[in-house]
Amino acid sequence: MAGPRKASPRMPYDGVVVGAPVSIPYRRYSTNTAHWWVGRAVREVVQRAGLRSSDIDGFSLSSFTVGPDTAIGLTQHLGLSPRWLDHVPLGGASGVVALRRAARAVQCGDAELVVCVAGDTNQVDSFRRMLSTFSRFAQDAVYPYGSGGPNASFALITRNYMMRYGATREDFGKICVAQRDNALHFPHALMKKKLTLDEYLGARPISDPIHLFDCVMPCAGAEAFVVCKEDVARSLGLPAARLLATVERHNAFPDDPIQYRGGWAMDIGELYAMAAVTPDDVDFVQTYDDYPVICMMQMEDLGFCGKGEGPDFVRSHTLTADGSFPHNTSGGQLSVGQAGAAGGFLGLVETVRQLTGEALGATVPDAKVGLASGFGMINYDRGLASGAALLAGGQA
Amino acid sequence: MTTTANAIASPDLLAFAGAIAAGEIEVVDLTHTLSPDFPTIVMPPELGQCAPFRMEEVSRYDERGSAWYWNNISMGEHTGTHFDAPVHWISGKDLPENSVDTIPVANFIAPAVVIDISQQSAANADYELTVADVEAWEILHGRIPPRSWVLLRTDWSKRSGRDYVNMREDGQHTPGPCPEVVRFLVEQRDLHGLGTETIGTDAGQAFHFNPPYPAHFYMHGKGRYGLQCLANLDRLPPTGAVILAAPLKIRRGSGSPLRVLALVPRAEKRA
Amino acid sequence: MTEPLSRPKRKDPLKKTRIPLLPQGTRSRTALGLTAAAAEGRFQLQVCGDCAAVVYPPRDACPRCLSASLPFCDVDNRGTLLAETTIRTSTDVYFRERMPWRIGTVLLDAGPAIVAHLHGDLREGERTRLELKLDKSGQAIVIALPARDTPNMADDPQWRELTCDPKYRRVLVTDGRTAVGQAMAEALSQAGASIVFVGVADPWKPFPGEERLRKLERVEIVVLDLTDTISVNECAGEFAPRVDILVNTAEHVRTGGIVERKGLTVAREELEVRYLGLMRIAQAFGPVLRARGADGINSAAAFVNLVSVFALASWPAYGAFSATEAACLSAAQSLRAELRPGGVKVVNVFFGPLETEWYQAVPPPKLAPSALGRAVVQALRQGLEDVFVGDIAEDIRARLAVNPKALERELGS
Repeated sequence: MAGPRKASPRMPYDGVVVGAPVSIPYRRYSTNTAHWWVGRAVREVVQRAGLRSSDIDGFSLSSFTVGPDTAIGLTQHLGLSPRWLDHVPLGGASGVVALRRAARAVQCGDAELVVCVAGDTNQVDSFRRMLSTFSRFAQDAVYPYGSGGPNASFALITRNYMMRYGATREDFGKICVAQRDNALHFPHALMKKKLTLDEYLGARPISDPIHLFDCVMPCAGAEAFVVCKEDVARSLGLPAARLLATVERHNAFPDDPIQYRGGWAMDIGELYAMAAVTPDDVDFVQTYDDYPVICMMQMEDLGFCGKGEGPDFVRSHTLTADGSFPHNTSGGQLSVGQAGAAGGFLGLVETVRQLTGEALGATVPDAKVGLASGFGMINYDRGLASGAALLAGGQA
Repeated sequence: MTTTANAIASPDLLAFAGAIAAGEIEVVDLTHTLSPDFPTIVMPPELGQCAPFRMEEVSRYDERGSAWYWNNISMGEHTGTHFDAPVHWISGKDLPENSVDTIPVANFIAPAVVIDISQQSAANADYELTVADVEAWEILHGRIPPRSWVLLRTDWSKRSGRDYVNMREDGQHTPGPCPEVVRFLVEQRDLHGLGTETIGTDAGQAFHFNPPYPAHFYMHGKGRYGLQCLANLDRLPPTGAVILAAPLKIRRGSGSPLRVLALVPRAEKRA
Repeated sequence: MTEPLSRPKRKDPLKKTRIPLLPQGTRSRTALGLTAAAAEGRFQLQVCGDCAAVVYPPRDACPRCLSASLPFCDVDNRGTLLAETTIRTSTDVYFRERMPWRIGTVLLDAGPAIVAHLHGDLREGERTRLELKLDKSGQAIVIALPARDTPNMADDPQWRELTCDPKYRRVLVTDGRTAVGQAMAEALSQAGASIVFVGVADPWKPFPGEERLRKLERVEIVVLDLTDTISVNECAGEFAPRVDILVNTAEHVRTGGIVERKGLTVAREELEVRYLGLMRIAQAFGPVLRARGADGINSAAAFVNLVSVFALASWPAYGAFSATEAACLSAAQSLRAELRPGGVKVVNVFFGPLETEWYQAVPPPKLAPSALGRAVVQALRQGLEDVFVGDIAEDIRARLAVNPKALERELGS
């Protein structure tokens, strides 16, 4: 296994860039279908890049609610004729996973330009219906236990983490409050009111110790980006960020009785080695924030502090875009909303924006290297998928 | 005082019907309502049992039949107010015309005398009708005419439930004829048949008589009939009533539930 | 500590009866192995036939060695509650009206971590025993109990949701003329039932034990003849809304096989009393039971079928009897599916020859009616669905599982 300082045996992503960061403004509920949301995002990408949809030769789709269709059905639905197609049903990890697969495709010439899209609708009852059939283990061993959904599952993870490492609700509250501060600058955020720590602490309990502001708001929306080689981006006039490194891991540490670390902890050495940077070089981080405890775990597992030091790390940083550890600069899912699989794209799209100077809201000054991580698919009692990507601004 | 067939030189059935319509002849229903909760004879549980009356709705103006109501019914031959044919008992098994389908239909209409032992029965549930009782009755009402139903009034039909069946640990306790009186009625009085208000033409304890169940044994052995679980015997005169008791025409049937009607001349009744 | 239940008040007639809702009952086929264990009150998980790993949730390949041999086996049910949460918001309508609801992660000594329902007397960090139970949907769930029994633990709301405890429930025993019916009435009265209605057919016929039955506390005799549709309907009309647990004690035991029996009179009686009797009682009481599955502390909870174990395999000495019992078992299986929408359990209690006159010539071991009464109470308290009472019933079940053909030959010789 690669240690943190050992050279990566993996082929570098030389010349692969990510551009056209697209966010279709979210809505709490939508009567439109996932197809509609995906269509809006692809159209936005095409317009931004000055392409016709027939120019898209690679297409990657992530969605929970596009059923019974998959990516293939969407090619006909949207009038695309790609020569490279991918479907990434990995929820919160889908952004990183879609990116790293697309990167290799364009690097190898299997496709010239891959549009990666994540979109989901949120109809009034769709969240409940998705929970009960999310996975076989969820159906057999989770949903019949109070049907608390991910709130209950992450409550157990949070409770265990608090006991194990001394994290407090104030620590989690700080993460949420800082993200809300960031979100107040982000035009698409569904949460538009300032959140105080007192409001956070006084919110109603959902599934102890999870309270209202620990939870994301399910909504409808879509996110997209383009993966291509640097010269293609340049010819299209697209600002783009360079891909430095990625990692992906599933079902890490299966013997941990309760999840207190994610797959990043297995692969962090490789991530930094491949990018030839260290955590100190990272200017901002977009963690996957389905619950603040997961943000704290990522701060540890992605090498910004040691295991169990997450609470102290949070206490010693502002976490806002203009602070000492800019984190979830658009406000993250906790403040922008969780548009299904698009939640797995949100941080990555925001990372590209920050690195290409296209930020819609709070801007991280002089951002050169950004990290976006993904996490998802709570199959039974824990999130199975984890991933991370390091990107750099064009001039780096 | 007696009326014979010969007395009606030319039977005027229309006049007869007119008398019924005018109420000059009263029609008395001697039948209990056939219902599932009416007791049936109890045999030791290891023996075959008479199926009680049961009724299953076929439809009642509903999805099973939108405009009509009807039931399927099931029962043993010896349920409710019922008729015993001679073939019912082993002593009558080889007689001619011994089953309900072969009994000459004229035998379903016959005169009746009513012997009232209700007071004795009230005092003693095991009261046995004796030859002496019959002779005492004849002193008052004359000799029992041949081919008459002898109806034993005990007022047992006014009882219900437990009192009616009157089961104790040693069996049923209900009044009935002693062996001698049955032989006397059959051999000396040529009775048509015996009718009772209790379950069985025999007394409740008749299993212990010699022979057991003498009414069944002697009557059916001589081709005579039984009527059981009768009601309203208190509304009949000691003499003068005519009984209509026609069982269902069941092939080789040993008996059947039936409607038993008594025709009672008003004058006779008042007398 | 669990607060003891207090006797439910009389129902406010102006209040709408809550519709029974069910937790989600969909399970993978493999997970139904848990349901099979829960139905009999066993704690079984998959144990890898190759590497002995204990596996949960149920799988079709061993996560340690990829073996496909994953039989459900009895497993040590002890563990530690690592973390708990109190769910206060649920997307599911069943749980919504039962909030708050506690669940937790239990690390089983045998290996896997299990998300389980929590008994109210169990706290985070404590040792626990896990049990598999059937929830209202009829499917298996795991509940974590305190390591040792606590006072009033049966009254815990989350636990009572999984059981059919007779305490403060109203019971109908369908036939009190028999020793079994009388033992049942006594056991249920002693188990804290508010009232035990005991059906008696042919009330004009005295029966042994009658005087004692009439003297039992909280026992009320009602007229009920299972062979008479009208009687059953009338009884249901009067009592069905006040019956929370129905125990069908009807029996009709006669010797004789198919050829041995002369004629059908006895066979008809058997069918009338047992099979058709079961249908009558189910048709008359079932719809009301099913509608009252969520009607408070004394909600409708169970339909208990006493059924001979020879329903599972014919005993030719009692061959016609066995056939009737088999019909009853089949009907009970259908009834189970039909009452499930109300969250009402159909409990099949299998037993062998009894210490009663109808098994006089059968050598021991035989089951005392009182033992059957206790077993039914236990099954209700434990929320079981299939119960085998006594040595013969257990023996037949075990032999049937090993080799049904061998059992057929053995019973027929």
